[in-house]
Amino acid sequence: MSLARHPLAQSQKSQRLDHQRHDFRFLQIAGVGLFLALPFIFASLGLTSAPYILDLLSMIGLYALLALSLNVILGMAGLFHMGHAAFFAVGAYVTANLNLTYGWSIMATLPVAAVASGFMALLVAFPVIHLRGDYLLIVTIGIVEIVKIALTNDIFGWTGGPNGLIGVSRPVIFGYRVVKPHDFFYLIWLMVGISTLLFHWLENSRFGRALKYIKEDTVAAEGMGVNTTAYKLMAFVIGAAWAGMAGTIFASKMRAISPESFTFGESVIMFTIVILGGSGHQKGVILGAFLVMGLPELFRQFQDTRLLVYGAALVAMMIFRPQGLWPPKPRLYRLPAPYDQKYPGEEKLKDGDRSC
Amino acid sequence: MLILSLSSVTKTFGGLVAVAGVSLGVERGQIAGLIGPNGAGKTTIFNLITGSIRPDDGHIFFSGRSLAGLKPHSVVALGVARTFQTIRLFPRLTVLDNVLSGCHCRLVSGVVAALLRLPSQRLEEKLVLKRAMAELEFVGLAERWSAEAGSLSYGDQRRLEIARALATEPKLLILDEPAGGMNERETANLMDLVGQIRDRDITIMLIEHDMGFVMRVCHRVFVMENGSLIAEGAPLEIQTNPRVIEAYLGRQDD
Repeated sequence: MSLARHPLAQSQKSQRLDHQRHDFRFLQIAGVGLFLALPFIFASLGLTSAPYILDLLSMIGLYALLALSLNVILGMAGLFHMGHAAFFAVGAYVTANLNLTYGWSIMATLPVAAVASGFMALLVAFPVIHLRGDYLLIVTIGIVEIVKIALTNDIFGWTGGPNGLIGVSRPVIFGYRVVKPHDFFYLIWLMVGISTLLFHWLENSRFGRALKYIKEDTVAAEGMGVNTTAYKLMAFVIGAAWAGMAGTIFASKMRAISPESFTFGESVIMFTIVILGGSGHQKGVILGAFLVMGLPELFRQFQDTRLLVYGAALVAMMIFRPQGLWPPKPRLYRLPAPYDQKYPGEEKLKDGDRSC
Repeated sequence: MLILSLSSVTKTFGGLVAVAGVSLGVERGQIAGLIGPNGAGKTTIFNLITGSIRPDDGHIFFSGRSLAGLKPHSVVALGVARTFQTIRLFPRLTVLDNVLSGCHCRLVSGVVAALLRLPSQRLEEKLVLKRAMAELEFVGLAERWSAEAGSLSYGDQRRLEIARALATEPKLLILDEPAGGMNERETANLMDLVGQIRDRDITIMLIEHDMGFVMRVCHRVFVMENGSLIAEGAPLEIQTNPRVIEAYLGRQDD
């Protein structure tokens, strides 16, 4: 993030801070580069567990994608939504049906899954969008339960009942068939990357600001001219559409889907990732996905106690760092001329590390 | 020309009649004051005008248009902006972000424009920053643009609320106790500011308990007691009106 600053007003302290900022950014880019090179590193080392690790990283990526989509609703707009697995399910089942019954290719079902999930979100959220906080939470839990029961009961004959749907094809992208763990690794993390960029733009726009105002104080936002109902609904629709696309990838990665994959428990995991990582901060949310999905795998040998430790860690988190591990910072603007000369963002630098 | 008119507006909360058949009109370009003892129904009147609550009976017209059934954000879009009695800024957002919230209703970029970073959206973002900074300069808070709103002094928070309301480009600005909690110097500055806002051809309606402030600033004063309008007129008339004196000080032979 760049700052408007008068060259003469630059104190030594601010220069140092600016310098650190760049180092940090370099580390982040290097980290991402190293991460994307992992399949090659594993191959050159001849690691036998490489497929397992890449598969785990793909799963983490999928949850990161889901959590990023939930972040639009929960993190940006501050709407307590604990039924995200319902929209994930709609996407997965739409893709599976179009693929199995009508022979659509997976990538062609992607936009349909997004539209279907988004439309479903519009339908279910419309009557309840005015509810606040915990009331909305309870309703969204109801939504995910209803969807799961509908799936189990083979609604409209589309869902295959408790056994689900089996035999979904692999995605084919420009003639390349995505099959191997490293294929999915790249496909999923590419989607995470694109989503992060798009959501970053969304966040730093009139739309993103409106969601921020709603999160801070809905009454004041409405009083300042923000159509709060419409913006809350849009946040729901966008988040759900993205979850639907994650459902498409999930269906073709697993090749078989069943109602067990879309339970309330899954919704809670997505909710936890967002809150734990840093509600409203995308990097924090991705970090949350690594911790929530990765750590339990890492400590698999402590099978008996890991859930206990996991629960205790969550409780400790909420007591000592309720804003999440990596919360967002206040947005910085580059002021237009002539204000960039008159009002350097000195103050901001001093407060730069304060959480929002 | 009347910019705002209320005709026999009534609002009850359960058994309590908060506003009982109030009719009043505000001329364009005026600074109108609404005074009265605590619980007289002044803030309820403001909430009715801005659409936060709906009247049980009666009509509210703004620039000849009925406000019936409009939500607050639509009323703002028509040109009515407000500040709150208890400051309602977004305390954890920056000063600039707070003012940008007022600009929201005059912008057009939507979700698609943001996701695709259309040139029109980027141009609009550039222009809106100028607009917001100009409003901050107007109230004298420009150099604090990057501070957290909650960290400002009480008087500055009040000024920021006014800047945020002005950013909505209102024709009528409603101020609920703007001098509340201000010291004498801040109040004097506020008087200048109110005059400058009025010079921008913005009609002002305000609630205020500081009588010196009301009498010096307002062109016309409305007095409420127990949900009813008991007097209206120029400040001098109001000061000598026996009913007003009675409402504030009690009856002489009591």
